[in-house]
Amino acid sequence: MTPRIRRVTRALTAHIDSQLLIALLLLMAVGLITIFSGSNQSAARVSSQLANIVVALGVLYVFAHIPPHYLMRIALPLYVLGVLLLVCVALFGDIVNGARRWLYIGVTRIQPSELMKIAVPLMLAWYFDRYEATLKLKNYIVAVALLLVPIGLIVRQPDLGTALLITAAGGYVLFLAGLSWRIIGGLAIAGAACMPFVWGMMHDYQRQRILTLIDPTQDPLGAGYHTIQSTIAVGSGGIIGKGWLQGTQTHLDFIPERTTDFIFAVYSEEWGLLGNMVLLFLFLLVIARGVVITANAATLFTRLFGGAITLTFFTYAFVNMGMVSGILPVVGVPLPLVSYGGTSLVTICLGLGILMSIETHKKLVQS
Amino acid sequence: MSELTINPGVELRNSRLEIYHFRLRLAIASGFVLCMFFLLFVRFFYLQVVQHDYYSTLAEANRISIVPIVPNRGIIVDRNGVLLANNYSAYTLEITPHKVEDIDALIDDLATVIEITPKDRRRFRKLIEESKSFESLPIRTRLSDEEIARFAANRYRFPGVEINARLFRQYPQAALFSHVVGHIGRINPREIEQLAADGLDANYRGTDYIGKVGLEQSYETHLHGTTGVEEVEVDAAGRAVRTLSRSAPVSGNNLALNLDAKLQEVVYRAFGDNRGALVAIDPATGGVLAFVSKPGFDPNLFVDGIDPKNWKELNESIDRPMVNRALAGTYPPGSTFKPFMALAALTYGKRRPEQVISDPGGYNFGGHFFRDDKVGGHGMVDMYKSIVVSCDTYYYMLANDLGIDNISMFMKQFGFGSRTGIDITGESAGILPSQEWKMKRFRQKWYAGETISVGIGQGYNTYTPLQLAQAMATIANDGVMFRPHIVNYVENIVTRNRSVVEPQPLRTVDVKPEHLQVVKDALIGVNKEGTGARAFAGAPYTSAGKTGTAQVIAIKQGEKYVESRVAEKHRDHALFIAYAPADKPKIAVAVLVENAGFGARAAAPIARAVFDYYLLGKQPIPLKPGKDDPNDTQD
Repeated sequence: MTPRIRRVTRALTAHIDSQLLIALLLLMAVGLITIFSGSNQSAARVSSQLANIVVALGVLYVFAHIPPHYLMRIALPLYVLGVLLLVCVALFGDIVNGARRWLYIGVTRIQPSELMKIAVPLMLAWYFDRYEATLKLKNYIVAVALLLVPIGLIVRQPDLGTALLITAAGGYVLFLAGLSWRIIGGLAIAGAACMPFVWGMMHDYQRQRILTLIDPTQDPLGAGYHTIQSTIAVGSGGIIGKGWLQGTQTHLDFIPERTTDFIFAVYSEEWGLLGNMVLLFLFLLVIARGVVITANAATLFTRLFGGAITLTFFTYAFVNMGMVSGILPVVGVPLPLVSYGGTSLVTICLGLGILMSIETHKKLVQS
Repeated sequence: MSELTINPGVELRNSRLEIYHFRLRLAIASGFVLCMFFLLFVRFFYLQVVQHDYYSTLAEANRISIVPIVPNRGIIVDRNGVLLANNYSAYTLEITPHKVEDIDALIDDLATVIEITPKDRRRFRKLIEESKSFESLPIRTRLSDEEIARFAANRYRFPGVEINARLFRQYPQAALFSHVVGHIGRINPREIEQLAADGLDANYRGTDYIGKVGLEQSYETHLHGTTGVEEVEVDAAGRAVRTLSRSAPVSGNNLALNLDAKLQEVVYRAFGDNRGALVAIDPATGGVLAFVSKPGFDPNLFVDGIDPKNWKELNESIDRPMVNRALAGTYPPGSTFKPFMALAALTYGKRRPEQVISDPGGYNFGGHFFRDDKVGGHGMVDMYKSIVVSCDTYYYMLANDLGIDNISMFMKQFGFGSRTGIDITGESAGILPSQEWKMKRFRQKWYAGETISVGIGQGYNTYTPLQLAQAMATIANDGVMFRPHIVNYVENIVTRNRSVVEPQPLRTVDVKPEHLQVVKDALIGVNKEGTGARAFAGAPYTSAGKTGTAQVIAIKQGEKYVESRVAEKHRDHALFIAYAPADKPKIAVAVLVENAGFGARAAAPIARAVFDYYLLGKQPIPLKPGKDDPNDTQD
């Protein structure tokens, strides 16, 4: 390799974090292998996911090169746009499966709540960064309000799963920004006190999901069916699993959504406890790298936003695996980097790209 | 820049403190992450190691479905191989109710493609009420090829509807054998319980039908066969993916009967429009040669659940076609009882054959005059004449001399008042009265006057036509009584092994041969020169018989029974018992014709037709019932 080529390569990869990249590529590989099994060996599904991966890696590459302070500029407009779109959904949205989540914008339908998964933590991180020098209780109250407006709109759609994930993302920012323990405790108590009211406001199918979680056998052919079948898949996998392409629960159609939300059941049935440990390790690798990047980040904005991205990534992984193994209610959350689907892949890679950008742009900020 | 120089330390320290605080929070969050992942690990460990066996079993149970393979039901043939019950394979249109929201709308829609009659709809409604919703139920059977093609082209419009090939039971002889062969029907909840109690539920998995009455019921265990099992891997929708193992079903055994379909038809025709029953038995074996209860019904109606309209018709018909008269109908034997009374008299030494009594036209007992049928009486009557002319007075006196308990004791040996043990269920025992019986039944003592009418087969005693046939066969067979049986042999269709139902002698009646001969001679006399003579005129064989007429309503003291004055259903029943040939009996019959008047006129010609066919192979000639022969009105 000539020094020139080496220089060009270094220039091209200057903003890529190799440890993060290796971990996420491994997770994507696990995803491809499992999608092949879960789709009954459909090459079309696998190549379609490969295309998604290419697009997602492109997005990652682009965002790794965008310096964090550019993101700060779009934080407020993005947030305002998101909230406006949510209002539009509430007013003119299309109803699909009893929930008003989609907005028709001339050419296609979009789901503005997806946008808010990024916009809300971005907005909060920007807000805290802006008032960094004079942070007072008032600022926390405003931040909570900024969080509650979109969440309220999303809960009304209703889309409880997304609302919870955005709450988590915003909550992580508040927590990392130093929200006092007393307020956290107070909010926890207030939240617990609100539970009966929340229960009263819930839709039947939402209540059913929670009741089903407590006792799936109550409704084995209805709401509990998915949980029961995915739990059976995980449990019957045993320590070493049934082997790739050998999962009976998978290949006889007992598992629903085998390549998307329930892909972990397929993986777990075929690769067993050992496979699960490998997967947990890969997720931890991504999270650990994210934590390190966040800890060393240069500004409050990058610290808060990087932390929120890392912890949201964790939340997706945890909620999905918890749901499939029957300890969390069924919410529509894909397994990050593993599940089939372009939207989630692009969103996650976008976040990871930002993490790389935070890491690789910090020296510029410091210098 | 100037601010920095004023207070550089504070700014720097605050920033460090902030980073310290942030990293502390981040560490706490990381600890939370680790805790949560550890929680997941614990959950995985619990599911995949601790509970692994449990979930493996569940996964296997999901995967493997045990599919029963229903065996073919055995067929039933007569003694010459004529099919009485067989199976045919046909395509049915079936609906699985739980997959359909609005069944009526669906059926309306279906009716535009395939003809569905109101009868089909009624039957289907009833099926739905009686079955579980996840079963698929037939709405139409025997689809034509054209109908199948038409449905196939439109099937996308009808989710939850499918065409299945199934085996169906068919009774080609329809009403002719309805009371012998019986029929099958869909298994009802009570039968499911019974099967479970008998430990047979596993063998009936997948079976929809069970024998309900007749041979179909009593030989159910032979006819059903052994259900096979197929272990198949199924997907979540229950579709079979592949077969893992298979054990073939074993078809049910075939039944071959002693009955002769042609003879049965001869009987049916001989009855004309009359109601009644006929049982013909081979005296030497107890094999049942003909078994008719008229009217019958079409058993094919019952196979897939009878529709309510047909059921109502059958159930409410005044002719009561559902009643098995031969098996469960009990009738006073009338004068057919007399030969047995005579035998009792000889056996207990109460009469000698040549002993003569004078018949003044009746018998006075306790201030009550028991009238003889013949006004003015039969004059001097010995035992032979008493049977041949059917003299009532002779038997009034005899009954009084014997006493009810002797009569009861003796008649019991001939099977009167107890079930014969024939191989179909639902048999009535009839009533053989005795002092003890009356005490039990009515808590009253027996009056001597009641014995008198028992002597001529009236009074309390009532018997089934089957019992009369068996009793006559016992006389024909010199006192050796066999258990009547309809089935000749059971054939295993795999091994072609036939297990013949062995003739089963029940007992030998305690009578002396010379006494039996006296009665037999008199019975021959009946058909030669007595009340049966007209019916048997010109027969190339000798036969023995006895006519009888059973009163349906009591005739008041001093009144005379005039047929035309009495409502049809209150008219007397005609009876006739006979066997032939007299020297070496091959067939014994009991004939009962309801409300047809005198036995000689209505019942004896039917016996003649049966004998002519069975012994000579002769198809019966149209009968000319004579109205004015005085002998006919006498029995």
